[in-house]
Amino acid sequence: MWFDYLIYILLAIGVFFNILGGFGLLRFPDVYTRLHAGTKCTTFGSIFITGSVIILGLKMWYLGSTDGSILAIHTAGALVAILLTNPTGAHAIARAAHKSGVKPVGAVVDSLQTKSLKHNVNKKIIETKKMEEEK
Amino acid sequence: MMEFFNEYLIVLIALLISIAMAIIRVIKGPTAPDRIVGLDTINTIVIVGMVVFGTAFNEIIYIDVAIVYALLSFISTLFIAKYLEGGDF
Repeated sequence: MWFDYLIYILLAIGVFFNILGGFGLLRFPDVYTRLHAGTKCTTFGSIFITGSVIILGLKMWYLGSTDGSILAIHTAGALVAILLTNPTGAHAIARAAHKSGVKPVGAVVDSLQTKSLKHNVNKKIIETKKMEEEK
Repeated sequence: MMEFFNEYLIVLIALLISIAMAIIRVIKGPTAPDRIVGLDTINTIVIVGMVVFGTAFNEIIYIDVAIVYALLSFISTLFIAKYLEGGDF
């Protein structure tokens, strides 16, 4: 049946990307590039593995088992939890790494730094104007 | 039907290799954000491993545990990141 081949293909893609994520976590030189490997590859592989489990549950449901529908729905809930939490956590880690002073290897321009500097200068100009008006 | 589920145990062994590589990064990492990246990767792979384990042994309660683990590990990651960032909560 063609469901089985689809399940095997999805499992192979998911396992390949998960191992690629672990390998990139070892080999990359920097926090930010490691974050690419450790978050994006792992999320992508997780989508495929949980997708294969969902298709297995739908197949069991089609063949007449009530466990299959429960399996598919609960795995879809786990997939939604992964998709909501993983990119948000990665963004928080990158922001914390930049604010705690870790620089990217080989970077020339720090765009976030100049932006915050400009923002600070603008805020200071507005504050001085307010002070003069109060006087 | 039971012979099919054993393929998921092979997937679980492959996921364990990926977890081992992330543990090496957690031990070796030069700075603190490196270690947090390793921990976040381990959390994601453990969630998928719980789903695969529940499928392999046909126990649906393990998948509910995976959902709760995903939400709690997200909160812990946010708090560690906030601690590194400094400042008040």
